[in-house]
Amino acid sequence: MKSNGVDSSSSLIRQELEKLKAEKKDIENRISVLEAQLSNDAVTKETDSSSCPNSLLNIDSNSEHGLSPDMIYRYSRHLLLPNFGVQGQSNLLKSSILVIGAGGLGSPALLYLAACGIGRLGIVDHDVVELNNLHRQIIHAEAYIGQSKVKSAAAACRAINSTIQIEEYKEAFRTSNALEIMSKYDIVVDATDNAPSRYMINDCCVVLGKPLISGAAVGLEGQLTIYNHNGGPCYRCLFPTPPPSTACQRCSDSGVLGVVPGVIGCLQALEALKVASDVGESLTGRMLLFDALSAKIRIVKLRGRSLLCEACGENAAFTREVFQNFDYEKFTQTPLSTTPMKLKLIPENARISSKEYKDKVDHGEPHILVDVRPAHHFNIVSLPKSLNIPLSTLEAKLPAIVSALKDEEERKGPDSSSSASLYVVCRRGNDSQRAVDYLHKMGFSSAMDIVGGLESWAQNVDSNFPSY
Amino acid sequence: MAEENKKGADVEIKVLFFARARDLAGGVSEMMLQVPSGSTAQDCLSKIFTKYPELEQIRECMVLALNLEYTPESVVVNNKDELAIIPPISGG
Repeated sequence: MKSNGVDSSSSLIRQELEKLKAEKKDIENRISVLEAQLSNDAVTKETDSSSCPNSLLNIDSNSEHGLSPDMIYRYSRHLLLPNFGVQGQSNLLKSSILVIGAGGLGSPALLYLAACGIGRLGIVDHDVVELNNLHRQIIHAEAYIGQSKVKSAAAACRAINSTIQIEEYKEAFRTSNALEIMSKYDIVVDATDNAPSRYMINDCCVVLGKPLISGAAVGLEGQLTIYNHNGGPCYRCLFPTPPPSTACQRCSDSGVLGVVPGVIGCLQALEALKVASDVGESLTGRMLLFDALSAKIRIVKLRGRSLLCEACGENAAFTREVFQNFDYEKFTQTPLSTTPMKLKLIPENARISSKEYKDKVDHGEPHILVDVRPAHHFNIVSLPKSLNIPLSTLEAKLPAIVSALKDEEERKGPDSSSSASLYVVCRRGNDSQRAVDYLHKMGFSSAMDIVGGLESWAQNVDSNFPSY
Repeated sequence: MAEENKKGADVEIKVLFFARARDLAGGVSEMMLQVPSGSTAQDCLSKIFTKYPELEQIRECMVLALNLEYTPESVVVNNKDELAIIPPISGG
């Protein structure tokens, strides 16, 4: 009761917000209609001046299917398809699709879905555009680096098709907002990049009864299928147990050939379009496996729904409440966010910062620097005089470390009483800890790792040092 | 059918590794595997996992397909069958 004044003022603000949003929507609709008229006039002038001089005459001429003259012209190549036609297009225009993730998969999927005339398109992503996204996330332009991916993707979609509705969600898809966002759409496209999101999106689709067009890509391989549709299985029917976090690969660690998610994202758009228009035979119950390296596409027939499935099985009690309280990060042992994990394996006194290491180099301290990244990482960039011994080969290469230390001590001369130090570096400072941990056990008690790895070196010591 | 194979003779199948399974099998995308006739998919898996122990990581999280169709592990394999190990890809 005390906060009555606050309550009434916030309800006033809410009312005002609702009013403004309604007005905004109305204005946007009017803009779309006017733009459509304008381009239609231009097209009529360009193509054939002998036909009806005024597009207004046509507007009501064939209203049975609800397609305006502008729409008929824009989507004419769809309408000409005997298996698709007016009915297919009309279904698309009435449908709504939610694309979760505006990255490598979402980029082509969104562009095609916008272009083909999905009536309402939702885009969810919390991330910002970065330079190292652009080789595959083709919806984003250089001018949008540092800006929201959703904003960038929405602008690109509107530039292609100003007549459809595009809804922006500049937020992470989480159990707290998932039900509300997804319930507004007919079809869901999973274009995310991590295991917890995949389980979360699947479960939300099961709870709300939405078909899920699921695509994934890493390295040179891609996978595509439709879950929870026409009696087919859901993600949990196939994978009731999540993969161990060690078996999960991210594009930011494992790399990805840009065209590969592009191919899968296009196929996701295709399958979403087929479900939305109710045309053809969807990939429900089958999984497409794309192998770019050997140029092979295989389609595997999947199992049916699992009666024991925790999400969609016969006795499953996966309600909205269960969903909202489910801890997906714990379930998959993988963080939802894309920030790489920071391991804390070895004591602080066995670590030095990149700046401290720089001081040691500057003071000419006798030492060797072992870089434990894989060789193909080392080939991208490395610190001067570092010795590449990939973590996986460390055990076999211990003698090389012993002899490198000896050489360094000899080089510095017999007068220096202290022995050469051993420093270990990697990309971000996780593998270097694992290496130091192992080296300590093997008797190299003075081994230390560089906190934050080469990323820290680039950030704190040498801003010209390349990041990747 | 398994009975078609001569008693005691080996059958040879092709094993396909996808995604993470390929990495865990040391970068191999396919291999030939000889097993006694009458062996099940599970018998094949045991042999494969002995050869590539790292694959144990994804034992609980993979689709197993025989000749491009989902298969339970109890099914008996035949000569020239193709057994695929398909873990999910998460990236995108």
